[in-house]
Amino acid sequence: MTPVLAQGPDTVVAATKRAGVRQVLPSMTPKLASGLIIAGLVILFGVIGPLVVGDPNAIGDVGLSGPSGTHILGTTQTGQDVFSQLAYATRGSLIIGFIVGVLAMFFSAFFGIVGAYVGGFLDDLFSLFTNVMLVIPGLPLVIVMSSYVQQKSIYLIAGVLAVTSWAGGARVLRSVTLSLRNRDYVAAAKLSGERTWRIMLVEILPNLVPVMASQFVFAIIFAILGEAGLSFLGLGASGALTWGTMLFYAQNGLALRLGAWWWFIPPGLLIAVFGAALSLINFSIDEIINPKLRDQTRSARKRWTLSEEQLKRVSVEDVP
Amino acid sequence: MSTLETRNMSKDYRLRDGRNSSILRAVKNVSFTLEAGKTVALVGQSGSGKSTLAKILMQLERPTSGEILLDGRPISRHGRGLRDHRSSVQMVFQDPFASLNPFHTVEHHLRRPLLLHHKAHDADGVRAGVRRLLERVELEPADVVAGRRPHELSGGQRQRVAIARALAPSPHVLIADEPVSMLDVSIRLGVLNLLSQLQREENLAILYITHDLATARHFSDEILVMFKGEIVERGPSDEVILNPQHEYTRLLMAAAPNPEKRIARG
Amino acid sequence: MPNYSSNPVLTIENFSIDYMAEQTVHAVKNVSFSLGRGEILGLAGESGCGKSTLAYGVTRLLKPPALVTSGHAEFHSREGYSVNLGELSGEDLRAFRWDKISIVFQGAMNSLNPVINIRKQLEDIFTTHRPEMGKKERRELCGDLLERVGVDRDRLKSFPHELSGGMRQRVMIAMAMALGPQIMIMDEPTTALDVVIQREILREITRLREELGFAVIFITHDLPLLLEISDRIAVMRDGEIVELGEAVELYTNPQHEYTKRLLSSFPSLTGDRGDFIRSGLLTDRDGVTGDARRSVGAEPDESGGTERSSTT
Repeated sequence: MTPVLAQGPDTVVAATKRAGVRQVLPSMTPKLASGLIIAGLVILFGVIGPLVVGDPNAIGDVGLSGPSGTHILGTTQTGQDVFSQLAYATRGSLIIGFIVGVLAMFFSAFFGIVGAYVGGFLDDLFSLFTNVMLVIPGLPLVIVMSSYVQQKSIYLIAGVLAVTSWAGGARVLRSVTLSLRNRDYVAAAKLSGERTWRIMLVEILPNLVPVMASQFVFAIIFAILGEAGLSFLGLGASGALTWGTMLFYAQNGLALRLGAWWWFIPPGLLIAVFGAALSLINFSIDEIINPKLRDQTRSARKRWTLSEEQLKRVSVEDVP
Repeated sequence: MSTLETRNMSKDYRLRDGRNSSILRAVKNVSFTLEAGKTVALVGQSGSGKSTLAKILMQLERPTSGEILLDGRPISRHGRGLRDHRSSVQMVFQDPFASLNPFHTVEHHLRRPLLLHHKAHDADGVRAGVRRLLERVELEPADVVAGRRPHELSGGQRQRVAIARALAPSPHVLIADEPVSMLDVSIRLGVLNLLSQLQREENLAILYITHDLATARHFSDEILVMFKGEIVERGPSDEVILNPQHEYTRLLMAAAPNPEKRIARG
Repeated sequence: MPNYSSNPVLTIENFSIDYMAEQTVHAVKNVSFSLGRGEILGLAGESGCGKSTLAYGVTRLLKPPALVTSGHAEFHSREGYSVNLGELSGEDLRAFRWDKISIVFQGAMNSLNPVINIRKQLEDIFTTHRPEMGKKERRELCGDLLERVGVDRDRLKSFPHELSGGMRQRVMIAMAMALGPQIMIMDEPTTALDVVIQREILREITRLREELGFAVIFITHDLPLLLEISDRIAVMRDGEIVELGEAVELYTNPQHEYTKRLLSSFPSLTGDRGDFIRSGLLTDRDGVTGDARRSVGAEPDESGGTERSSTT
């Protein structure tokens, strides 16, 4: 990063290495790179896959069969091509993930930031609402809904998951906004004559971006896992293909007992892999939020130039 | 050219401690006047109420009683009147690290007040205005500095940006709340000299809030000593420092590090 | 006058510390000095000059990537033996720390454990270093310690947040003094405190020094403060000691350019108005070396009288 002149001439400014928006982004580390690549590949598969594979619902005579030339990942008990199903399932899960991510982010931003900044009665109201939403359990809500609505689309499921997942983020954003609100630069903006909404949007929000990005990624993970769980219990989107519903059908088709690993392992693996990739991205975002993490991670330590022997001497003998 | 005057200003805070509540009198009956071309130093330790006073003068807080008059007229709290107040009275904050938004460039910090107070109307005007401000606070090269973000500047440079921002609306009164106490020692006088220079050029009225008696003496015409919300002594700087009357002022003078005393001891 | 050359309690020779990060930063460069028994040595400098790093290096508190790359620090106990601080390790190091040399950190008053009362925190030192001590004796000693720094004995049962900043700092000093160290290092111990409290704490330190005879390395950027209490002052800049001398001598007759500059940053409180006058100032730009220095030595303002008319 830029060397800051602590003792040099007060007025001359040194050259900078990172300019513009790039300094707000996390620096590329192997952790971040692998997270981005893996997540990117999965997303690519979900976007392009359905365009190139065959019909996932086309039943055939072949019955439950393993991977072969015609079916890369084998078939289900009704002869449906697992690979095609996987492509559509990926798309389905990703759609749910992103919808929940975006909705949860908007809700938590609105109820968290606006309430905290405006303060007073509005803050009390929003905060109360947030706490109530935090307490409402998602699973019973969905069970209740399934008894009313027989045909649940993935959008409905996404909606329910979003509604039950924004509250935690809102609390975090509220507390961060409360602390930012008292910063001098917010007071300075007020003194310059800025309007309240502009201060919120231009001065406070940008500093919340790393926290919100982390919440967004986390919401996606939560949504995908949540949907998988719901579907596996049979409460998921009926008729739609997602990783969770694939697992549900696999379970119903006795795939585990029959040893049809090609049916349940791929969706399960994709859930795990995508979740891990998103977590890696989240860790990198955490390093922006908490600069202390930046210097202490293995990758930071690798950049030290201490020799092996020096390192040993220093870490063994000095501060416990 | 403006005068900012406070008359019998008080500020109470209600403290709640479970069922009981008590009143904390942060500012008690304070009256003083800031005149163009003069610097008044407000000296006090932490908890004396000087920061609260600054916030009230900037209309970030409302006084419980008393009046604030700008050019003889009571200040207004809303709309156009508030905006006029903001363009006349500006503040430089204590912490150069906290008073600038880490996300935005120096240019953004200066652009906003220029636009809001109609000192510039288009992109070219803004760019010229920003350059002019940076040159006045002696940050060069101005175009390079404008593109920097706060963490790329040193403490002294940041404080100069803060001063530039305060100057953007062409104010008449400047409240400097401990402007150098968080800066490196060898840089402090440079920033204080800059403020003096700007005062001469703009004929500003400056309120210099500090806990440092030495700089208060040298950079101000008048000193007000504040203790527990009240002004316990006031007078010309040299008078107050060399001939303190009030007990508290004497205590401050005795406590302040003064190498001359040791040299006198031998 | 403590004799630092003939009977030093600490000698530091060619001490260097580097930060081995992507670019090696030389935080401390070949520092040498000795500390007399019972002497108060002021270590002055601005942020980033290496004064705290030096203190941490000597007491073996550096964290990687900081590393002592050369030199040594030798402690000469009043009991007659000498120890190379760099060679201590493990149990010896742990026993040595706090017993012979203790350190009051910057912002120390915020380092007290907020959920444990003062007595337990003081007793902790004794249970660690003097395990053979009995409970009653320990409690007595903790009370004595507090009274010695001017805090009332029954504050033992208070929690840190119930004490003021000044009192907490005194508790930290009491903790540093607990085992009767021969050297106390204090890193900006009064920076966050009011001038009045600061004066009291300084008084305590000088009084305790007279009573107990320990040496003090007092690190701060506040030069006038050092001028009042130190025997000698070392001025540090960019990892090097640029000047080291008796306090009064340094103030009245500074040799190094940087010392002069540092001194000129502190206008005299009661002395002549002389150089530092608001209205007349010269700005001196030395374009050749790229060092834009502000020369605050200005022409005295002849019209000084009329400028300072009071408005009340």
